[in-house]
Amino acid sequence: MSENKAAQGTSVIILTFLLAMILTILPMPEWAGYIRPEWVGLVLVYWCMALPTRVNVGVGWVAGIIVDVLNGSLLGQHAMAYAVIAYVTVKLHKQIRIYPLWQQALSIFTLIALSQLLIAWIRGIVGDAPNSWLYWLPSLTSAVIWPWLYLLLRDVRRKFRVS
Amino acid sequence: MVLFEYEVLAIKPLFAYGQAAGIRLAFLLASSIGLMAVDHKYDYLDGIRSSLAILIYPVQQMVAFPVSAGNWMGENLTSRDSLLKKIDSLESQNVFLKAQMQKYTSLEIENMRLRDLLDAAERTGEKVLAAELIAVDLDPFSHKVLINKGNRHNAFKGQPVLDAEGVFGQTVHVTPITSVIMLISDPSHALPVQIDRTGLRTIAAGTGAMDKLELLHIPNNADLKVGDTVSSSGLGGVFPQGYPVAEIISFESDPTQPYARVFATPKARLDRSREVLLVWREKTKIEEVPPAPQVSKKGNPKQEVSALAP
Repeated sequence: MSENKAAQGTSVIILTFLLAMILTILPMPEWAGYIRPEWVGLVLVYWCMALPTRVNVGVGWVAGIIVDVLNGSLLGQHAMAYAVIAYVTVKLHKQIRIYPLWQQALSIFTLIALSQLLIAWIRGIVGDAPNSWLYWLPSLTSAVIWPWLYLLLRDVRRKFRVS
Repeated sequence: MVLFEYEVLAIKPLFAYGQAAGIRLAFLLASSIGLMAVDHKYDYLDGIRSSLAILIYPVQQMVAFPVSAGNWMGENLTSRDSLLKKIDSLESQNVFLKAQMQKYTSLEIENMRLRDLLDAAERTGEKVLAAELIAVDLDPFSHKVLINKGNRHNAFKGQPVLDAEGVFGQTVHVTPITSVIMLISDPSHALPVQIDRTGLRTIAAGTGAMDKLELLHIPNNADLKVGDTVSSSGLGGVFPQGYPVAEIISFESDPTQPYARVFATPKARLDRSREVLLVWREKTKIEEVPPAPQVSKKGNPKQEVSALAP
């Protein structure tokens, strides 16, 4: 039975990542494109926090490569950023877990901003630096949406007994 | 017993994980830096990218599904009346275009004859294929779109793309079934153009705003007017010559600056077109180009060179 649970858990994790990727490329009006939260980053942080032994830097890296292909961006930039935030989250998961939701949201803001900073650096190096402050909006919207996403994913994890 | 097992499972890997994570992170960071460097400089990774792109194609199709389903429903549920009206308007448009085409054909023949007289190389012909945008959003800060044609339809990297009104962009990644197009308004895109009225050659660079291109290196005393049209000059070797690109919307000459600031708005409907055209340049007549030294005397040597390049 425990093996069965583990298998089920894996598919749930993959499914949440898949949904996050769908939300990442879902067509939106132009203004909404700027406030789109970093769905994949958020889901990654959640699973790193909840199950640091199963989801960590490796998963973050692979998810990042897929996001790079989806976005048509330089291969490896999201991979690098997600590996770093996965690492930080796994290191701090015990603290983040016990924070109240609003404080968790602050940590999320920092984490997503960190990943955006890394991507901005890389884009700066290849001569494609973001030229507007709107670039940083997703870290804000990610932090705003975090409490709801957290509760949702926690319910999902409990319902499907992912461990 | 169960509790004990759980404890073992929960704690042991955590303890062992601490050191491994740092090493793994370092390894993954190094490999991403390697990947990025190779992807930025060379084309080796195109194969990996296109195989990954095939893996994620179902996701893209799923995302685009509501839009395509909506279109399909719209097409199937339109009334007979509106269809008849549409056919009427298309027919009249067709007649109009055909009439224009007659004039164009005779002009083209005349042009060819004149070029023959001048002993100049004939302009290359073009072949086109219609493609449709797949409704997915890419990075909002780099203007790129995805279309439903790829390698399998002979699309290639760096291929020019047009829409009904003008130059749209060029392909930057090509997979067997899809391609990513960089729009001419992307901040890292630039294309060689010339002003139709005066023939002045310049470069139209993307600004990151969908409705604005900047024309670079134009002297302050240049003969330019707001409303002048700008066409592709064909000098870069990517875009064919003579397709409309933009219309000048502002021309500020400041004597204290080395160049004037000129902005133009793209003719192509970058944010609205759903159908685009992939263009192949046919190089059938190139063999008849006279030897190189002779050509370079007749001005425009760069174009000949770029046309000869494979």
